[in-house]
Amino acid sequence: MHIIENGNAAAALGVKLCRASVIAAYPITPQTPLTEKLSEYVERGDMKAEYIPVESEHSALAVCIAASSAGARVFTATSANGLLYMHEQVQWASGARLPIVMCVVNRAVGAPWNIWNDQQDSISQRDTGWIQIYCADHQQIIDTVIKAYWIAEKVSIPIMVCYDGYILSHTFMPFDLPEQEKVDAFLPPFKPEYALSPEEPANLNTVTLPDVRLDVRGELAHSYMEIRYLLQEDLRSTLAVAADAEKRFAKIFGRSGDPYIESYRCDDADHVAVGLGSLTYQLRVSVDALRKEGIKVGVMGIRFYRPFPDEAIANALKGKKTVIVFEKALSYGYEGALTSDLKSALYEHLAGTVTLPSVQNFIVGIGGREIRTDDLTQMFRAATKGRVSREPTWIGLKL
Amino acid sequence: MGTRNYRRKTSHSEHGPGDGGRTGSWRVERPVLDQSLCIPCKRNKEACFICWLFCPEIVISRTIPPRVDLEYCKGCGICAEECPTRAITMVDEAKFSEEDKE
Amino acid sequence: MQVKTTILSLPTEEFVHPGTRACTGCGLAIAYRVGLKALGKDTMLVVPPSCLTVLQGLFPVASTALSGAAERGDNFIYFCYDNEGYMNTGAQRSGTTPIGAITANTPFKGKLQQKKDVPAIMAAHKLSYVAACSAAYPLDLFDKIKNCMHLPGTKYFHIHIPCPPGWGYDPRYGIKIGRLAVETGYYDLYEIVNGEFKLTAASEKLVEKRKLVPVQEYFRTQSRFRLLTDAQIADIQQKIDEKWAGYYNKDE
Repeated sequence: MHIIENGNAAAALGVKLCRASVIAAYPITPQTPLTEKLSEYVERGDMKAEYIPVESEHSALAVCIAASSAGARVFTATSANGLLYMHEQVQWASGARLPIVMCVVNRAVGAPWNIWNDQQDSISQRDTGWIQIYCADHQQIIDTVIKAYWIAEKVSIPIMVCYDGYILSHTFMPFDLPEQEKVDAFLPPFKPEYALSPEEPANLNTVTLPDVRLDVRGELAHSYMEIRYLLQEDLRSTLAVAADAEKRFAKIFGRSGDPYIESYRCDDADHVAVGLGSLTYQLRVSVDALRKEGIKVGVMGIRFYRPFPDEAIANALKGKKTVIVFEKALSYGYEGALTSDLKSALYEHLAGTVTLPSVQNFIVGIGGREIRTDDLTQMFRAATKGRVSREPTWIGLKL
Repeated sequence: MGTRNYRRKTSHSEHGPGDGGRTGSWRVERPVLDQSLCIPCKRNKEACFICWLFCPEIVISRTIPPRVDLEYCKGCGICAEECPTRAITMVDEAKFSEEDKE
Repeated sequence: MQVKTTILSLPTEEFVHPGTRACTGCGLAIAYRVGLKALGKDTMLVVPPSCLTVLQGLFPVASTALSGAAERGDNFIYFCYDNEGYMNTGAQRSGTTPIGAITANTPFKGKLQQKKDVPAIMAAHKLSYVAACSAAYPLDLFDKIKNCMHLPGTKYFHIHIPCPPGWGYDPRYGIKIGRLAVETGYYDLYEIVNGEFKLTAASEKLVEKRKLVPVQEYFRTQSRFRLLTDAQIADIQQKIDEKWAGYYNKDE
């Protein structure tokens, strides 16, 4: 059934369809309407879940960690400084291998205060051991939430479903609302390998020493380093699990795509723009305009950012002359984090085989600065003609 | 042999003694009971058991006579201090022979 | 009136194993052990980084979260063990370090500020149950846990736990020192049931006796108080006497 709703509602509907049983959240713009919606579902009895209105984001994730450890399917959502306040628990959730799903409604981080969209918040959590998936429209938001639970529970790793504040969270768009029966067929009830229980007492995430040692059964147990290695190993193999999720989703819901990247007019393109989230759809307008001028361009949206689908991306960019990365965040002191990641993937998979594409980096929309399509088109055009700048170029800067 | 096949991917400890190691090795003084002064021993019935109640290491049994699990006793001396008849004294570990310590 | 538990009637089943990483003579295990005897097998413990698990307790880190949970009325029992400092990191000052105590980061002047009254803060949440206990009075702790288990919402326990390295005393004196804190009227055992305050155990008996051990006796057992001057001790003694005058008045 097609409905017209905003992006936050799409996420909330996804969570409801997935039958999350514990929701803990603290309000922060622009995430707030999402969790308000969930509290409505719970209070009205449309959702059999406990909604815990915690006093901070740190507690929101702490509650999710506890509930997930006890075997519940859990959900939380946040934005910007809320996510930063959560950071300590973010690391904990992945180290504890809990399949938590969290929406990050992307917003600029302070200082100075700014409530508008960019992606510095989730990008700053890149290295926390969570899976990160970026959505470009409302259909992707609801579908990704559903896939996220399946993937997270398969690999026991938490997932951030990221989408742009306002641009997606507060705009209304038509999308297909999956049927409950189909979601139930896609996503079986959560069965954790171990759930806290007095019947089978255990102490979770106890202190580890630098070296491995015998457990109480006399078996050689992992220490910190092994546990962290396994997280990395399982994150890398999550790429294959994501492909399975996509196939399974296609079979049940009849729609599918590339699990990692979303390419638009890239096949014969010489110059490809790359980005995360809704920006890549806006860039399609620039692509169409430049194509009319005879410039062979395309745009690639990266859906899976962590684990990074380096091989798929490198293959998709093989033979291109220019890769132009548009980012709403940067690793301060260097360049956009995605730009560095792309360069690394290209070097790893293409060096010595073909001419490496030149990589250029544009920073846009920081703190919600308006991203004018004409500006994107103009910079995109310039970048196809040669390197615009050695340093990342900020578009729309008024200095 | 590494931990590749270990059944968990997290730090997950199950119940059982000794997660903090054989803490008896921390001990510098050993509690020694004089049964002739111990109240439950003298009366030969359940009584007192203050040493059992206050032992922070759960190494004193609620039996007649009370027994100390030297594998884990850290030798804090609370039992000796709290015993109402001073039936327990703390003795320097150096006074015990090597076999005794095993 | 409920029959008070004695050593002989205390359940013998143990839920704590020996071999903990706690320091020699740490009173924490007594609280854990007796607490779990009262709570029984169907218990889940959530332990923040703290001494027994080797890592920081309530005061700076989790007080907002506790306040939030208490305000929401989440149904759980919170045990705050109060060793009066950040002990697992090497005994630095905390909100509950008493005035005058030397700590690792108040090395020359001792702590200049008063101890934070955490049970009073928790009582201000209008909880069904708040208790102040001590590792030196395990049976009082046991009975209080039994008293509160049927009550709704959040229940808060404050447990005074002597800390040998942090307070500076020979481990064998831990229980004696905990007892002295109560007998001097410095630390009081009480419970607040649905807003009703009542002294318990040894503190209750002190009201009948009308006689406190001079607080000086407590201070001299621990090296952390060695900087306290006679004037400071007299000032603390006066405050204790005033507090107890209030208890005596209520009793009359």
